[in-house]
Amino acid sequence: MKESAVKSPQETFERIQERALAEWDALSNSPKPRITIGTATCGRAAGALEVLKTFKEELAEKRVDAIITEVGCMGHCYAEPLVVITKPGLPPICYGYVTPGIAARLISDYILGNDPCPEFALGALEENELIPTIFDQPRFQYEKRILLARCGDIDPEDINQYIANGGYAALLKALGMAPQDIIEDITRSGLRGRGGAGFPTGDKWQICRDAPGTARYVICNADEGDPGAFMDRAILESDPHSVIEGMIIAGYAVGAAKGYIYVRIEYPLAVARVDTALRQSAELGLLGDDIMGHGFGFEIEVMRGSGAFVCGEETALIASLEGRRGWPWHRPPFPATEGLKNQPTLINNVKTLASVPPIIDRGAEWFANIGTPASKGTAVFALAGKVLNTGLIEIPMGTTLRKLIFEVGGGIPNGRKFKAVQIGGPSGGCLPESLLDLPIDFDSLTEAGAMMGSGGMVILDEDNCMVDTARYFLDFTRKESCGKCTFCRLGTAQMLDILEDITRGEGNPGDIALLEELAADIKGGALCGLGKTAPNPILTTLRYFHEEYEAHIAEKRCPAKVCPELTAFYILPVKCERSCDACVGSCPVEAIFSGKKGIKVIDQEKCVKCGSCVDACPPQYSAVIRISPVSELPPSEPRPPDKNGKD
Amino acid sequence: MEKIKLTIDGVPIRAKQGEKVLFAALDAGIYIPNLCAISGVRPHAGCRLCFVEIEGRPQPVTACTEEVAEGAIVHTDGPRIRRLQRTALELLLASHPIECKTCPANKHCELQNIASFLKVNLNTKRFRKKLRDLPVDDSHPDIILDPNMCVVCSKCIWACVEQRGIGALNYAFRGDRTIISAFGGDRLVDTRCDGCGLCAEVCPVGAISKNVKKST
Ligand SMILES: Cc1cc2nc3c(=O)[nH]c(=O)nc-3n(C[C@H](O)[C@H](O)[C@H](O)COP(=O)(O)O)c2cc1C
Ligand code: SF4
Ligand code: SF4
Ligand code: FES
Repeated sequence: MKESAVKSPQETFERIQERALAEWDALSNSPKPRITIGTATCGRAAGALEVLKTFKEELAEKRVDAIITEVGCMGHCYAEPLVVITKPGLPPICYGYVTPGIAARLISDYILGNDPCPEFALGALEENELIPTIFDQPRFQYEKRILLARCGDIDPEDINQYIANGGYAALLKALGMAPQDIIEDITRSGLRGRGGAGFPTGDKWQICRDAPGTARYVICNADEGDPGAFMDRAILESDPHSVIEGMIIAGYAVGAAKGYIYVRIEYPLAVARVDTALRQSAELGLLGDDIMGHGFGFEIEVMRGSGAFVCGEETALIASLEGRRGWPWHRPPFPATEGLKNQPTLINNVKTLASVPPIIDRGAEWFANIGTPASKGTAVFALAGKVLNTGLIEIPMGTTLRKLIFEVGGGIPNGRKFKAVQIGGPSGGCLPESLLDLPIDFDSLTEAGAMMGSGGMVILDEDNCMVDTARYFLDFTRKESCGKCTFCRLGTAQMLDILEDITRGEGNPGDIALLEELAADIKGGALCGLGKTAPNPILTTLRYFHEEYEAHIAEKRCPAKVCPELTAFYILPVKCERSCDACVGSCPVEAIFSGKKGIKVIDQEKCVKCGSCVDACPPQYSAVIRISPVSELPPSEPRPPDKNGKD
Repeated sequence: MEKIKLTIDGVPIRAKQGEKVLFAALDAGIYIPNLCAISGVRPHAGCRLCFVEIEGRPQPVTACTEEVAEGAIVHTDGPRIRRLQRTALELLLASHPIECKTCPANKHCELQNIASFLKVNLNTKRFRKKLRDLPVDDSHPDIILDPNMCVVCSKCIWACVEQRGIGALNYAFRGDRTIISAFGGDRLVDTRCDGCGLCAEVCPVGAISKNVKKST
């Protein structure tokens, strides 16, 4: 299928593009109804494959001729599975929370009938008179999609859909430029690395290009080990060519002929889709020897990482690629001068590389106009936790946390109060209400003690204990520490012990000072970024939620009533509806008994603090409450020595 | 080759280009605590004991990774250096059995030396004692491996893998469970170990020792 090499790259690409556009037009203007369904990992987790199956079966059974397209992540993960239905002459309508039952209804009522089922619709994707558009929601006012622009729109397994939507035009343009000019464009765009630290991308490319070596390599870092982060996975699953195109341009700019995509083994769908994408671009001659007849050759290999968090650290990643133990090494030398096989190696994050084609395509100035003076472009976050609209969002740098959480994210559900936002995962920190007007950019977040990280963002409300949150992240880093250096190997384990004591009510007055000292020493003394940032969750919670630590230590009180040893469950006698015994059955250890006049009582000796009774008690009574400290528990009547009384 | 001129603790020093500050200092008789550095080998940089301050650098740096630079002014003492060194040492001691009397490394143990240099009590109580209880491998006629003592300096791996090309030793586990063990199994006697004892010579503590009872 390769186009003949006698043509210019321009002519070669035009032929490829014409075909892609013709296919896309045929699809868009098809007289058949079109069903688009998001089958990235987020959709699959919510049951998208069953929905897909129902659509296929129902269409076959009812003999309807419709087109089904599988796309990637549309970003509204809270409403997965997501389906878009386009009937000729009508606006595309997006449906959320689709079940096989709803799928069957959509076929019978909308595809076969005329009822667009607005009760299941999130909104239309175009202005129309029938249904409000999804863009009327406030989140779209703040979102700006560059990296996610095509995600959820195109079939990631069809390169022509990428090309028809502007794909590979930047590669053609780049091949017509001098490599040095490309690097200067990237520098002028102000792009900074999306892998966490925000190193200026143009500078890194320049260092790599200028470093002496016999070969050069490009590595795409798709290790993505932060718990709760899945932006890179979503991009690889939804728009893999954007990353591949960015890599080829990077290779041309720095003078590399070989690239690797290092993906964690837990991302099988991403690996499969990248493999397909690589095969398709090679078939069209966009990858491989003599790309588009230009003379430049580049190949890409996919490598699967073992899934260790530390292997996302660049020197550990390279060690792992070389088959050595995945341990970090002291820098310098930096990979850009001495990396894979001791040769200059450009290592960039998935999102950094995916930002390259739009910058080349639309120009450095366009990109530099988005964001803040020091942080250009957009930031992609995986929004999770106590927020209405969880999912992937992309906003211009500089957007405030408040806008992101309350406008884009829709605020805190169930009328609860916001407490903190955890940004940057185990390397990041927890920021309080008073910092909500902080702009999201590399430097502001670092200054506040958090980190851009690679984009995990968890919202915490008043029911989250901050000491327990710090303990959770430290437990992660302790397990993921590679064990090479003293501070991180032994220091994180010591800090975790102290935190566990505090959450158990066994903290000592000197613990806070010891935590502070140790945290500062680990930050200053550890070998790699994992250890250097591991104290951040502790340092920020100590800084912004000091009183919660004090309460745990001095009063044995957990203000959020979360830590089990410091919390008791209690049934308010005045609220208990005597004849109901929902809680009794819900308790896994038979700790609840019927006391005088049928009022339910919890046997504190037996209670394992699972909280089942809180959920079981009907909301109109809400009789079960949590009490902390345990010493404030009102006296309860003793358990009658009957059949259930003995142990 | 041109020599690099620098000052360490006020003493003018000349060192080979590419030499690390740690070895330049040690060669000049200036001691800097260290457990994991081997001259001429890519720095492991794991023990985090060799901190020094170099004028113009905002934070203390590890001397085993820092190349000598013309005109550099290096200090090996100071509150920031000592604080990091003591914390690192105390973390190591908290995870190390202090049974010096019965330890094969007694009196030539680097932990003892560094503790006395930094004036840290071997039985420091600053952190909690976190010992492991792993089986001692005394299967081999010449070598005894007691992983409970290991400070993960990696010198034995360098000796056995890089120096001898034998590969009888390997790392096992990660995080605070990281240890050295016999390659591919749990008994040194089942590996290619020929009992040369280089690992025991480089081990700074009593984790690997020559089997005195059996071989004499
Ligand atoms: C413990 C640790 C884990 C990391 N994990 C990742 C990761 O999953 N993905 C990533 O792109 N960078 C990760 N990094 C950062 C990389 O070391 C490196 O800086 C980055 O890939 C460079 O790309 P950029 O310049 O595009 O940001 C990690 C760093 C540390 C210290
Ligand atoms: S900081 Fe942690 S992860 Fe990094 S080298 Fe040290 S032990 Fe390994
Ligand atoms: S056994 Fe000895 S030489 Fe080997 S890593 Fe442990 S302390 Fe270092
Ligand atoms: S000697 Fe420098 S870190 Fe161990």
